[in-house]
Amino acid sequence: MLESLPSTKKTQPTSSHEPQAQPQVKSPVASFELRKNDKYYAWLFLGPSLLLLSIFVFYPMLRTLYLSLFLTDNFGEPTVFVGLQNYLHLLKSAPYLASLKATTTYVVGVASLTIVFGLLLAAMANQKLRGIEFFRTIFTATMGVSVSVSAIFWLFMFNPTIGVLNQVIMFFGHQPIAWLTTPGWAMVAVIVTSVWMHLGFTFLLFFGALQSVPKSLYDAADVAGASSRYQFWHITLPMISPTMFFVAVITLISAFKSFGLIDLMTAGGPTNATNLLVYRIYKDAFMNGNYAQASTESIILAIIIALITLIQFKLLAKRVNY
Amino acid sequence: MGIELQGITKTYDSKQAPVLSDINAEIQDGELFVIVGPSGCGKSTLLRMIAGIIPISAGVLKINGQVMNGVSPKDRNLSMVFQSYALYPFLTVADNVAFGLKARKMAPAEIEQRVNDALSMVDLTEYRDRKPRALSGGQRQRVALARAIASDSKICLMDEPLSNLDAQLRVQMRAEIRELQRKLNLTLIYVTHDQTEAMTMADHVMVLHDQQVQQIASPLTIYNQPANSFVAQFFGTPQINLLTANTAGTQASPRLTMTNELQLDLDKPLAAGTYTVGIRPNALSCRPVADDDGNATVINVETLGDQTIIEAVLDDDTEVRIVEAGQVHVALAQRVLVTALGPAFIFDETDTLIAEKRGLQDARVVAVN
Repeated sequence: MLESLPSTKKTQPTSSHEPQAQPQVKSPVASFELRKNDKYYAWLFLGPSLLLLSIFVFYPMLRTLYLSLFLTDNFGEPTVFVGLQNYLHLLKSAPYLASLKATTTYVVGVASLTIVFGLLLAAMANQKLRGIEFFRTIFTATMGVSVSVSAIFWLFMFNPTIGVLNQVIMFFGHQPIAWLTTPGWAMVAVIVTSVWMHLGFTFLLFFGALQSVPKSLYDAADVAGASSRYQFWHITLPMISPTMFFVAVITLISAFKSFGLIDLMTAGGPTNATNLLVYRIYKDAFMNGNYAQASTESIILAIIIALITLIQFKLLAKRVNY
Repeated sequence: MGIELQGITKTYDSKQAPVLSDINAEIQDGELFVIVGPSGCGKSTLLRMIAGIIPISAGVLKINGQVMNGVSPKDRNLSMVFQSYALYPFLTVADNVAFGLKARKMAPAEIEQRVNDALSMVDLTEYRDRKPRALSGGQRQRVALARAIASDSKICLMDEPLSNLDAQLRVQMRAEIRELQRKLNLTLIYVTHDQTEAMTMADHVMVLHDQQVQQIASPLTIYNQPANSFVAQFFGTPQINLLTANTAGTQASPRLTMTNELQLDLDKPLAAGTYTVGIRPNALSCRPVADDDGNATVINVETLGDQTIIEAVLDDDTEVRIVEAGQVHVALAQRVLVTALGPAFIFDETDTLIAEKRGLQDARVVAVN
């Protein structure tokens, strides 16, 4: 964090340095040519990425915004301009609000559990124990598993008859749970799966953060008389708070965008209990053919994510930086 | 009562040799005890064992007569200053100083009082609300000192506290730490690799090398009577000249021949054999002579203003360093006559000091050409 300061300072002198550098160029014509060339090269370098971004990001974004102000036909073509009617309609619709609520439960659950367990694993892996390298590797392993593979893998685990979870539950004499077909449990199941998938990367970030806390801080605290619990709350947490902030932001955004997992495990069911916003957009657009509503939902989702990220930055950034 | 080290040994891996073996010392209350040695000699390890940060493999550590092996660091009632200062970057200066006091759940009023006292003692009162990153290296060092002061422990351990400061600041902080130690009557154990710090600050110095104590004595004793050639080499700049010498002369007038060029008259005969003679650079002298005369050739001259360091090769290829006071003008490749004035130290084949010749003008230590 400290390193970022000088680098931003550095960029200023170079930009203000340009006019001073001019006198070194002997003729004014040469300097003009240099500038013209500079511009030419700038566009040359920017061109490819601008082109790609325009086609795949900017145009769809604007088109979505445009469609959200219209009614559309079955082919996604705008028919009647309705202004903000789509938005007003959505925000009053009970299924949409239910979906919003489910998404909140899911996102908060995933982000908080990922942080807690990621930190727990990292703290365990940070111990100096024999063979700990093995666990350090294993804990990051979920990074290498694709969404579809892990969804199917967890589908097997949650399987009501042959799934290992119910086997364990029945072994202890309890009734098996219909994991993916009971509304409450289905949410639990997708949260667990999502947390498991996020855990590898989160662990890696936290582990790196823990490793970079200077050992001498703990030595000093030992001598000063701080218990290890006190050290965790008053040294470890403040020291890794920038990482925690980063993890919170990316996990939250990533959780909002969960699609493959829902599609493969519950398809939004049962009774829309896991019909998260992104999945709802997909269903409205490509199954119900209601492109206008899907566009409206997309815009709302984008606004929600932007707002939450902004609030996170405002709130946490103050406490996090040292 | 002080601190007693009895046969302290540290082994990290039972298959490997210990990093410290059989360290014995007694540190008196209220003294500044310096542990000095080259890097990797285990001096920080020893300090950390005293602090309780790492366990003692064998031996007994007593503080005020009580055995401290296995006692947790916080119950040893000592403070410690780290080489990196170990300041908490997210806390202000005042909170850094208060950290240990808060951890021990001291009353807020008492904490406030101690923090204020400690900060004023190191002249940091006006910086109390700053974060460490907004302080200079010397100020950070002072925060670390203030933290040690605030703990009110009578024993303070310092692990190379000045090695991250520039040369001038180091000289200043050296004096300040010494003053603080006297004022608070601290028992201060100070680890350093810098022989100047050891010489200027210590009441007693422990020289560590090769996992073992080489010598424990007052700074001047170490300089004047180094227990072995390592200690002789470690103290004093430029380094002492160590010359191999053989017994020669007669029973009536015994002498050591260092080279063909330099010989040393002895008071009483030594057992025949090979010895090492140490002569400090300022106990050698040289004067320019004609090209076909003298016993050495100058190969390097460093002029420091108040003294001149001359490196010369004796005619049998032994290199010696000579320090002349003031500004001496000697050219490279100049032929010189090197003479020895004393004192000289004589080490036997087990590298133990067996005799030393005192007095700068000792007539018996002469160059024989």
